[in-house]
Amino acid sequence: MSDSKRVALVTGASRGIGAAIARRLAEQGLQVVGTATSASGAERITETLKQWGGRGIAMDVTDADSVATGLQAIQEQEGPIEVLVNNAGITRDNLFMRMKDAEWDAVLDTNLSAAVRLTQRLLKGMMKLRRGRIILVGSVVGSTGNAGQTNYAAAKAGLAGFARSLAREVGSRSITVNTVAPGFIDTDMTRELGDDTKQALLGQIPLGRLGAPEEIAAAVGFLASEEAGYITGETLHVNGGMFMH
Amino acid sequence: MSSIEERVKKIVVEQLGVKEEDVTNAAGFVDDLGADSLDTVELVMALEEEFETEIPDEQAEKITTVQQAIDYINEHMKD
Repeated sequence: MSDSKRVALVTGASRGIGAAIARRLAEQGLQVVGTATSASGAERITETLKQWGGRGIAMDVTDADSVATGLQAIQEQEGPIEVLVNNAGITRDNLFMRMKDAEWDAVLDTNLSAAVRLTQRLLKGMMKLRRGRIILVGSVVGSTGNAGQTNYAAAKAGLAGFARSLAREVGSRSITVNTVAPGFIDTDMTRELGDDTKQALLGQIPLGRLGAPEEIAAAVGFLASEEAGYITGETLHVNGGMFMH
Repeated sequence: MSSIEERVKKIVVEQLGVKEEDVTNAAGFVDDLGADSLDTVELVMALEEEFETEIPDEQAEKITTVQQAIDYINEHMKD
């Protein structure tokens, strides 16, 4: 290992799973930059990460100009990005019969296309470095399906398929591409669920509880580490046993 | 200042990890020098960097031999 810290970019890092991932990678000794859609979110990230020398930036991952500007700034300040964690995600739940094009498009744009485009922009740098870690935050729903989440499940399953294909393309350059698929994790996103839904869900989880963001972050931290260099194209499920295969 | 031909050949040697004497003008990247498709993409990236130019994808696809790379650079260099 060189003396300079490996640089990691985590999207959607102002709260929930993304915040836990950014913190975890910083604790592991990486130079972490986290993105948020708002300036206040970016400040919150900086607040959390500054003790490790990390920082937050405002970036709209669905906006090409915003991405280009942000990546340019990171390149200049922190250097080439070696670890990319595509975490930013949204939900627009609706029964498919009622789903609007806008709901479908918004979820596919943010959860799938934005991650794919960001990965493409950063791949060139990783090819030059001859190493890299691309980690996509998927979802158990991408494997099991979930009524009301056709858009979300399609996007998350798409990420895993993307990861497996890209893993085959860039393996010869020591770049690994993996998906971490969280189950139901205690975040703002799942707090919106009704009590009945939550109880029904818990009944399907052998461990009998929701997961903590830190438990997802630990899995991402492992895949980002040097030690995980022989794992690629894998989907690591972290879901309390609600989906086993 | 080395000639364009020398600079192109140097990049091919570095990128593909082949011997200098194998990099003849007629050598094909894939057929003669053992490059795979990812190698050829990287090679074009390296040429773009060395000569500070952008090679459009549809042009890049046509550069399959050392001579074709030299010709492309010669035709598109500003000075």
